[in-house]
Amino acid sequence: MDRFVWANGLLEMNETLVIQQRGVRLYDGEDKAKLDVGVVLLSTHRLLWRDQKNHECCICIHLSQIIFFEEHAAGIGKSAKIVIHLHPAPENKEPGPYQHSKYSFIKLSFKEHGQIEFYRRLTEEMTQKRWENTPVLQPIPTGIGPKAGRTRAVGIVGIERKLEEKRKETDKNISEAFEDLSKLMEKAKEMVEVSKSIANKIKDKQGDITEDETIRFKSYLLSMGIANPVTRETHGSGTQYHIQLAKQLGDMLQAPLEERGGMMALTEVYCLVNRARGMELLSPEDLVNACKMFESLKLPLRLRVFDSGVMVVQLQSHSEEEMIASALDNVSDKGSLTAEEFAKLLGLSVLLAKERLLLAEKMGHLCRDDSVEGLRFYPNLF
Amino acid sequence: MHRRGVGAGAIAKKKLAEAKYKERGTVLAEDQIAQMSKQLETFKTHLEEFASKHKQEIRKNSQFRVQFQEMCATIGVDPLASGKGFWSEMLGVGDFYYELGVQIIEVCLALKHRNGGLITLDELHHRVLKGRGKFAQDVSQDDLVRAIKKLKAMGNGFGMIPVGGSYLVQSVPAELNMDHTVVLQLAEKKGYVTVSEIRDSLKWERERACHVLDHLLKEGLAWLDSQAEGEPQYWLPALFSELLSRDITPEEANQMTP
Repeated sequence: MDRFVWANGLLEMNETLVIQQRGVRLYDGEDKAKLDVGVVLLSTHRLLWRDQKNHECCICIHLSQIIFFEEHAAGIGKSAKIVIHLHPAPENKEPGPYQHSKYSFIKLSFKEHGQIEFYRRLTEEMTQKRWENTPVLQPIPTGIGPKAGRTRAVGIVGIERKLEEKRKETDKNISEAFEDLSKLMEKAKEMVEVSKSIANKIKDKQGDITEDETIRFKSYLLSMGIANPVTRETHGSGTQYHIQLAKQLGDMLQAPLEERGGMMALTEVYCLVNRARGMELLSPEDLVNACKMFESLKLPLRLRVFDSGVMVVQLQSHSEEEMIASALDNVSDKGSLTAEEFAKLLGLSVLLAKERLLLAEKMGHLCRDDSVEGLRFYPNLF
Repeated sequence: MHRRGVGAGAIAKKKLAEAKYKERGTVLAEDQIAQMSKQLETFKTHLEEFASKHKQEIRKNSQFRVQFQEMCATIGVDPLASGKGFWSEMLGVGDFYYELGVQIIEVCLALKHRNGGLITLDELHHRVLKGRGKFAQDVSQDDLVRAIKKLKAMGNGFGMIPVGGSYLVQSVPAELNMDHTVVLQLAEKKGYVTVSEIRDSLKWERERACHVLDHLLKEGLAWLDSQAEGEPQYWLPALFSELLSRDITPEEANQMTP
């Protein structure tokens, strides 16, 4: 693959397109090339390849570089291939996708067939060697497009035109989208101003707000995604939505929590809940705000933040003393335990196992042996 | 916030206050809240219209997403704050990023025992794209960064460390201070670092260098190669490029689904 050079995909004067085939993957010798699937094009002078998804990525090789080539039939699970053996790259070769290669051949893998016709045409071109009759000017190196002015593009005109049209249309859509976006943001900005004004008034006591109105105001802020300017607290706590969510979570998490020794990291809960939902997912903040309501709603769950900053949801029934006692038991039983060993023992995640051991240590029941080999906990005999 | 008083006295006082304010042309907070409700409905309509025309753009075009996010930030709006927000419900931005958050957490969990909870943004990007399959929308590194920022709300030490022009994503609550960060940045070029290199580049004493390296070892973020030529080398699995190609094993995948 180190014979290839970057190209702009345009044909030169006197160069004609012979055949093209999409769905082709390149191989550097036996290895898949670090490129995706693309379109391979054969012209009278060159073999070109362009990435199907990223049209900027285009490479080529002159046909004179080809020594010989052969077909490899398709097999089970394998696409048909054309193997092309190449002359070594010339000294002054232009830059390409590969600096070096240990192979002197490449393969074209035809994932969407077309190899028979392509092989036939390649054979024809290699026999006729039309490039010798109609020499072309040096291809322009990448970066300088047709605007460099010298070479006119002929040949792949149809492809280029379609691409250009598509680009123009995409551009048009984008600029329209951006215009509409700007207008929308203007209106959103007004809403932000209004809410700031209301917040200021509340602060200055310009009017009496009932609890109902407070709740409504908070839910408006939630809808717009505006932080509560009055309390600066995470907007949304205390809204109907979060109350409902908290109750749902109360039901949904009972069984999973039981299975995991009564405690789950909040990130685990996030994944569990959102995977179950599939759509209309919860934001991380939604989850945190809902969990904060467990206590006031008298649900049997609690949100808890460890010293390390790890946030967990735990079953109310699993009291702190129980957890510490069980940690102490397990450690005494085995003499000593690391977080990993403890995790395996209880079927907990390593993170939470560590938190429990740290908690027991904090309460004075365990002490640590901290070395480069790891952190190990022993019963505290002091 | 004080409750409205009851009783004739309170009512009279209120009427007086209202009159005073109306005289000065000021609008009361509660009136404004009522008004806001109407303005919100109007805004919602505009948003619906925008969504009907451009919802696809948000999903498909990462550049557009960046623009959108930046404009929101400028005016003081967080479109990802809640799944119940208008932006989420009507434009579907929410689901895109929240799902990405799930995928990020899962990848980090699966690889944690290999790299101690530290992973380059490149590798994370690569693995998330792989996990999303052929037909999922493309995800840019900017998208990942925004999703990670949101994950911080859930504690658990999600953070980003600037290293060598990109970032290392941290997904465990290991305490990493400035010293640790600087050593990570030093190690970025080769994937490993030695005590001598630290002393030469950063001009630290041996003790300080060893202290930092020991901490990284303990946290599982660094591995010690004591048989290296010359002096021991401290390797950071997060920076190994060979690991990039190794797929997630079935055991690791089990770690991913809680």
